[in-house]
Amino acid sequence: MIRLEPRTDPSQTMIILTPILAVLATMVVGGILFVTLGKNPFEAIRMIFWDPLFGEHAFYYRGQILVKAAPLIMIALGLSFGFRAGIWNIGAEGQFIMGAVMGGATGLALYPLDSFIVFPLMVVMGALGGFLWAMIPAFLKIRFNANEILVSLMLVYVAFNFLIGMVTGPLRNPDGFNFPESRSFQDFPAAHNPELWAGTGIHLGVLTTLGFVILAYIMITRHIFGFNVRLAGQAPRAAKFAGVSPNKMIAICLGLSGALAGMAGLFEVTGPAGKLTTTFPLGYGFTAIIVAFLGRLHPIGILLAGLLMAVTYVGGDIIQSQLSLPKASIQVFQGMLLFFLLAVDVLVNFRLRISKRISK
Amino acid sequence: MTLIEIRGLTKGYPGVVANDDVSFDIDKGEIHALLGENGAGKSTLVKMIYGLVRPDIGTMTLDGESFAPTEPRASRVKGVAMVFQHFSLFEALSVAENIALGMENPPKTNALSNQIRDVSLKYGLELDPNRLVGDLSVGERQRVEIIRCLLQDPKLLIMDEPTSVLTPQEVDALFTTLRRLRDEGTSILYISHKLEEIKILCNRATILRHGKVIGICIPKNETAKSMAEMMVGSKLKTPQKTVTNFGLPLLIIKNLSLKSTDPFGTSLKNITFNIRAGEVMGVAGVAGNGQDELMLALSGEVLTEVNSIQLENNFIGQSGPVERRLHGLLTAPEERLGHAAAPDMNLSENTLLSGFQRQKLGRRGFINKSGAAAFAEKIIEKFDVRTTSVSSAAKSLSGGNLQKFVMGREILQNPKVFIVNQPTWGVDAAAAAFIRQSLLELASGGAGVLVISQDLDELMEISDTFTVISEGRLSEPSPIKGVTTEKIGLLMGGSKKI
Amino acid sequence: MDISIVSLLATLIVAATPILLAATGELIVEKSGVLNLGVEGMMIIGAICGFIAAVNTDSPLIGFIVAALAGAALSLLFAVLTQYLLANQVASGLALTLFGLGLSALLGHGYSGIKPPSSPKMEWFGMAELPVVGPIFFNHDMMVYFSIFLVLVVWLFLKFTRGGLILRAVGENHEAAHALGYKVIRIRILAIMFGGSCAGMGGAYLSLVRVPQWTEGMTAGAGWIALAIVVFASWKPWRLILGAYLFGGVTILQLNLQANGFDMPVSYLSMAPYLVTIVVLVIMSADRRRASLNAPASLGKIFHASS
Repeated sequence: MIRLEPRTDPSQTMIILTPILAVLATMVVGGILFVTLGKNPFEAIRMIFWDPLFGEHAFYYRGQILVKAAPLIMIALGLSFGFRAGIWNIGAEGQFIMGAVMGGATGLALYPLDSFIVFPLMVVMGALGGFLWAMIPAFLKIRFNANEILVSLMLVYVAFNFLIGMVTGPLRNPDGFNFPESRSFQDFPAAHNPELWAGTGIHLGVLTTLGFVILAYIMITRHIFGFNVRLAGQAPRAAKFAGVSPNKMIAICLGLSGALAGMAGLFEVTGPAGKLTTTFPLGYGFTAIIVAFLGRLHPIGILLAGLLMAVTYVGGDIIQSQLSLPKASIQVFQGMLLFFLLAVDVLVNFRLRISKRISK
Repeated sequence: MTLIEIRGLTKGYPGVVANDDVSFDIDKGEIHALLGENGAGKSTLVKMIYGLVRPDIGTMTLDGESFAPTEPRASRVKGVAMVFQHFSLFEALSVAENIALGMENPPKTNALSNQIRDVSLKYGLELDPNRLVGDLSVGERQRVEIIRCLLQDPKLLIMDEPTSVLTPQEVDALFTTLRRLRDEGTSILYISHKLEEIKILCNRATILRHGKVIGICIPKNETAKSMAEMMVGSKLKTPQKTVTNFGLPLLIIKNLSLKSTDPFGTSLKNITFNIRAGEVMGVAGVAGNGQDELMLALSGEVLTEVNSIQLENNFIGQSGPVERRLHGLLTAPEERLGHAAAPDMNLSENTLLSGFQRQKLGRRGFINKSGAAAFAEKIIEKFDVRTTSVSSAAKSLSGGNLQKFVMGREILQNPKVFIVNQPTWGVDAAAAAFIRQSLLELASGGAGVLVISQDLDELMEISDTFTVISEGRLSEPSPIKGVTTEKIGLLMGGSKKI
Repeated sequence: MDISIVSLLATLIVAATPILLAATGELIVEKSGVLNLGVEGMMIIGAICGFIAAVNTDSPLIGFIVAALAGAALSLLFAVLTQYLLANQVASGLALTLFGLGLSALLGHGYSGIKPPSSPKMEWFGMAELPVVGPIFFNHDMMVYFSIFLVLVVWLFLKFTRGGLILRAVGENHEAAHALGYKVIRIRILAIMFGGSCAGMGGAYLSLVRVPQWTEGMTAGAGWIALAIVVFASWKPWRLILGAYLFGGVTILQLNLQANGFDMPVSYLSMAPYLVTIVVLVIMSADRRRASLNAPASLGKIFHASS
């Protein structure tokens, strides 16, 4: 019989090893999935993991990886603080949308003002939009004890409907033949978030994300705030003993993750997406949850996990076009990854023991 | 006549041998004591008899038949019943439902309720089958456990530290019930470390130390001291008290009231008392009478009316724990693992819980890791904490060592007032003596100390002033001299005055 | 406005049924002390598997059975993760939802735009012809009555049977239940699988009756709303019906308002069910004392038998 035996200290080796194990397991089971879909598994796995980085068209894909990784990492960084503290914001998708709408609307209201202040103002308003949207579950949790998981998730659907209302109403492009979409930010230089070096995919959002990774790393390893976040998650009563107010923790963690998601939304809508449309939300807010866990809620881990997840996104596009596999297959792949990670995670705090039954 | 024979039971866990070749017998109609310090292996042994844990080596026979229960159900069928120290009860379920869960083939609800009433009358264990267990006092909860066992006509009843949660009067009532059961032929395995109790109740005692049987004796023929020495293995120093002159009041509590948010919690009602410099005040009481709530209100984890708590010249009812610590009010809650310390964090990190601000273990919010490690080293050295290093996780320490660490962390920060709940609960005798001694030294250095405890002997030993908490009310503090166990018992039972 | 109360009530029952089914399952799961946030994922897997089975066999009944099995199979993944591998229940539930959404889209590739076989109405001895009462109560398919029957069964089980008592005990205090010798993990796995099959059937009701066709992501938060309704019901079976029908009513009302050209953009009306869910959650949670009395005390906590 295999038994789990608690370790006295979490295994540092396993902390690093488990995400790799999870990726390998996903490749194996994913390969089997491709076989059942009638495809060559080795070819498919190569297209997902290798081609985006080193394949024939990698020069184009590499940029795409950064474009997709940046919002995932930025959102996941914000979520990781809350997840560590046991505060579950799973409505980042909604905060992402609201950041894009509020920041985008700010820019569109100023059209065609040509001032250097426009874009920074939009970034601030985007972050504020996400922040305020996240403060709804925070307030309801603090004041009325309402479950933040359900409230933040419900607000995703509200935000999505709000976006539709906006692009079919006030924010609809007046010169756009009644299409449900806003004016393009490409046509509004002061509000545009362009690629900084052609072909690299790097835009301001990518650089900002990098900055946040460093900042988050310092906070979590050196600052008392990061310590309190960990404490609140591991031992909530000990956190109260230390003087950490649970309500403040809820407000800060939800607010922070909302602000980062909102800012990511703003960078996305003014850059890669280019305009507000009904198909603007791509599920980054949900995938970022996987990224946060895969990165072990650690800033450096999240950076790597975000890049990996972006690779699978790009790889997913490749298999979609070359093997004519449905887009959803990559979603299954990502879901599996999270499953395997949660499964092998047990090895961090437990060791496996094969025990014999002595007495019967 | 022998009921159960235990031969060579051995059980090991990673790093420790909990039971090493344990052998003894229990006769029919005998109250047999299992005596030993915390950590001596008593719990593991009874868990093996009850079928919760399987021995690595060794055999048992019950009534001459081989007995190797693989699960509690199997041992219940054979007539073994157990009353746990931490009750295995369900707060949101009724008494009858709780009892039904502990039986193999419970009768229909109505019939069961009648049976419960019958048994409770017969043995003087008053209990209403329809009440929610969450609404019962600790003593009443124990009755639920006992009745659950009695309804199955057990041959062997195991009781794990049954008196630790009872008032002296309740203890007497329990003993009457147990003697009656013995006279009817039931065997009782009675686990305790309270020697006086064992002397008056038990026929024989098996003494465990470090997982081994040290000896079997007849308690009537022994003194408490001789049994204590067998149990501990060395002579113990009793703590020495020095000062009796108190200074000015340091902590003034006036009309402190607090409504509990826990549906089964206790609300605090109009609590008023002072702690003076150099004074050790003891708060006795049966568990669940508001001790936890009082602790939270004093530590600042729950805020109260601003004027209700005054520390020197500051009104701190609305200040959180951090601010109170900066003013000099330090606390150590009952639950070491998870409240006073974070289990998965190492000792160095655990100093930050209460020391970050007061010990200046950081600047502008940035943590001074070497400072924290140095403080942890100091605690380990001064308080004799046995551990491999400051980077061991708190949960890897034994109960006694972690408690010494927690005490050291607070005491070494020179509190003006120190408040501690159950300072020696579940701690071995040597560590307990050490902790009591350091509390006395702290007070003689001019600090005010408040000790909340359910261990009356402990309070009698170290406190200068004495009070009892009952249903969220605090009795008027009085000097320890002249207080008798009987009076305390009445107060614990809810009387208003001594 | 032209809204018939009778047809409104009749359709709200249909709109509420998927959520009622899923919520009933989740109630049992939560009563055992487990929080499975993967209801949405299990529902949508049930929706597509039931749809595929029904279309290929031309039998809605087989569709529902397959959906129940598929939901249970998916929930088994969650059970293994949380019960054996001690994974965090919140994260595992989210994983289940994300995985379920992806897998359903993959399985459903090529099934959009097809009409499933229609589910026949139950025959209540012609009572469907009765005025008012007939169309509201006696003119529905089998699953509507099954969902109410299931609530009845769950209520009886929890209140009057020993199995129900043990389930509640496990959810209340798993350490104590373990000390008494109950198989906490086995009981919870069974509860989780029951929850999975109920969610699966709920999903299939969406794709086979309510809509009826397959579209990607068609559950649109129904699983999450089912979770909220369990809170609304304070973990009491009969209140699930109230909660689900209230939600169904809001959904149907806003759809009717949309159809009748109510002077408000469609997208804002579509927010209504989600906003109502939030409001309901807030109201039910506000009294902390009561909320903590009703919720199973071990809900969401990880159990590992240390002794």
